Amino acid sequence: MSQEYRKMWEDLNLNLDAHDALLGVLGKVYGDIYMTQKERPGGMDYFNFVMTEIHGLRIKELLEEKKQGRKIIGSYCVFVPEELVLAAGATLIGLCSGADFATEAVEQMLPRNTCALIKSSFGFKLGKACPYLEAADMVVGENTCDGKKKAYESLKTLVNNLYVMDLPQMKTPQGRELLKSEFLRFKEALETFTGKPITPANLKQGILTVNAKRRALHRLSSLRRANPAPISGLDALLANQVFFYDNPARFTKSVNALCDELEERIREKKGVASEKTPRILVSGCPMAVPNWKLPWIVETSGAVIVGEESCVGERGTRELTEESGNSLEELMEALVDRYFRIDCAIFTPNQDREDHIREMAKAYKADGIIHYGLQFCQPYTVEAIPLEKVFEKEDLPFLRVETDYSMEDVGQLKTRIEAFVEQLRQ
Amino acid sequence: MRCAGIDIGSRSMEVVVLEEGEVAAFRQAETGSAPLEQAASLLEGLSWDRLLATGYGRELAAHAFSCSTITEIKAYARGARELYPSALTVLDIGGQDCKVISLRENGRVKKFEMNDRCAAGTGKFLEIMAATLGFDIENFGERALAGRDVLKINSMCTVFAESEVVSLISRGESPGDIARALHTSVVLRAVSMLRRVGFSGKLFFAGGVARNRCMKHLLEIHLQEEVAVPEHPQRVGAYGAALLAREEP
Repeated sequence: MSQEYRKMWEDLNLNLDAHDALLGVLGKVYGDIYMTQKERPGGMDYFNFVMTEIHGLRIKELLEEKKQGRKIIGSYCVFVPEELVLAAGATLIGLCSGADFATEAVEQMLPRNTCALIKSSFGFKLGKACPYLEAADMVVGENTCDGKKKAYESLKTLVNNLYVMDLPQMKTPQGRELLKSEFLRFKEALETFTGKPITPANLKQGILTVNAKRRALHRLSSLRRANPAPISGLDALLANQVFFYDNPARFTKSVNALCDELEERIREKKGVASEKTPRILVSGCPMAVPNWKLPWIVETSGAVIVGEESCVGERGTRELTEESGNSLEELMEALVDRYFRIDCAIFTPNQDREDHIREMAKAYKADGIIHYGLQFCQPYTVEAIPLEKVFEKEDLPFLRVETDYSMEDVGQLKTRIEAFVEQLRQ
Repeated sequence: MRCAGIDIGSRSMEVVVLEEGEVAAFRQAETGSAPLEQAASLLEGLSWDRLLATGYGRELAAHAFSCSTITEIKAYARGARELYPSALTVLDIGGQDCKVISLRENGRVKKFEMNDRCAAGTGKFLEIMAATLGFDIENFGERALAGRDVLKINSMCTVFAESEVVSLISRGESPGDIARALHTSVVLRAVSMLRRVGFSGKLFFAGGVARNRCMKHLLEIHLQEEVAVPEHPQRVGAYGAALLAREEP
């Protein structure tokens, strides 16, 4: 690790020892899980590079941007509109929430039975180990689930630049009005914060930029319909995870380059696993870096993941924002329309999600569905039960998994997932 | 052809060797802290054309004896099908987990449930409770059979249940009645798991805990139907693995 980075982390007030330990574990886990995969596309080299530099080069770039006067906005959710952030001349990044960290300190602020994702976000703050959070000029929280909503009240005592956005819970005209007024409020907050007015021109540019990276991921998803699968679920998940960190234009270019290669593979009928490998759709809670636990177990149990019905996956990127508007009003309406379609489990009822799972299972020719619920995540774990019943009735095998970031249940999980794969094979 | 199955569980391991479909050898040992050495000595002197490993130690066995693996779910489902062809549901309570498998008419796995991460309601739970009450695990079931249905254990967590037991003892309750209540709590948990897979009758009960007569008795009471327990409940996994080894392409 270069001295330059150490100085940078020191200036960001990170706890260097804890951070070193984190990077050590991250590097080892990445090596064990990712670098041991067979038949990886060459285009994944870029993502390997991003992962090795995730707390290095990317942070350096963000600090350069800051020097130029650009603001860095951190977020924990796909409801925070990146288009507005870009229009205001700022950069949006996803904040660390995919690993257990400083758990003891966290449990002095949050109940033990809080989901791993929320605990993790606190852990990285309390343990001073997330350079993104420390580099962020503004952190945007959002009222999704009760856990997050209430946790932001406590997070406010830890970060001095927290902005909380309210969100609707029903897809009614009133719900849409709430989202619209919250997006307008956020727009004004951004303008005040950056000093840069959001104009039709820069908002349109923001929309085009974000749509471009979504389109690149759509292209990647559609290539995963092929059998044999041209890319592993782990690698596709990684691309979806890097979506939240990377420079948008570079990300788009890299995903498209990867897709060019995958198209070639499909022409040659080459894949990461044989044609007979059971294909699995993963559905449920988001998996933030470095949470690769479930896909790692699935793909070392003789199956391949062909889609992620998740915030870090299609739920987050499925919808594009309509680009045709010219006035600010039209573009803001388009933005509200786009985000209001997200089928997050905080909405009630949430029939769209069931329909999307069905569509995805069909499109990606999934043999079975694994529902990934984070323990104590009520919205998703509650939805999982009726979903299981519906899909089993439709003869789509469905395995409901509830877990967290720890490794204590890996043995049992592996048995359950292997048995599920056996069931799909019979 | 000689086909063997080895089931390395958390508490015990079993080997079954089949010759022309008949059990030619059956061996059993405690898993202990050196399962690989134990498995090697268990297999010593046995010969086979095909070997298939199952249970928690399956990966360990796969490396050491260069064989394939299957999960306990598949092994128990196969073993149950052979021993009780009309079985529609399998309950396997072993040393550290509890599994419920629902079968299709043709014996294929339709759905299964398994406890996630703790050993609540398994053999380990009964073992610890027997020790707390000063009973030998081998006759814990008999003591419970003689007990009355007058107490209730509320907690499924081994640690909490143990403190419940301690307070019942200090209240002067009879150890037999406490044993009965503990068995009932394990049975109720298994019954709720059975209902989750859509229990449709014809239950085959296996695993080490199936040797406990009180468990079978209480299951029959709560399910209101007869429960089939094989002669050797602990060897169903190894037996199923051996059968599957024979059927491998």
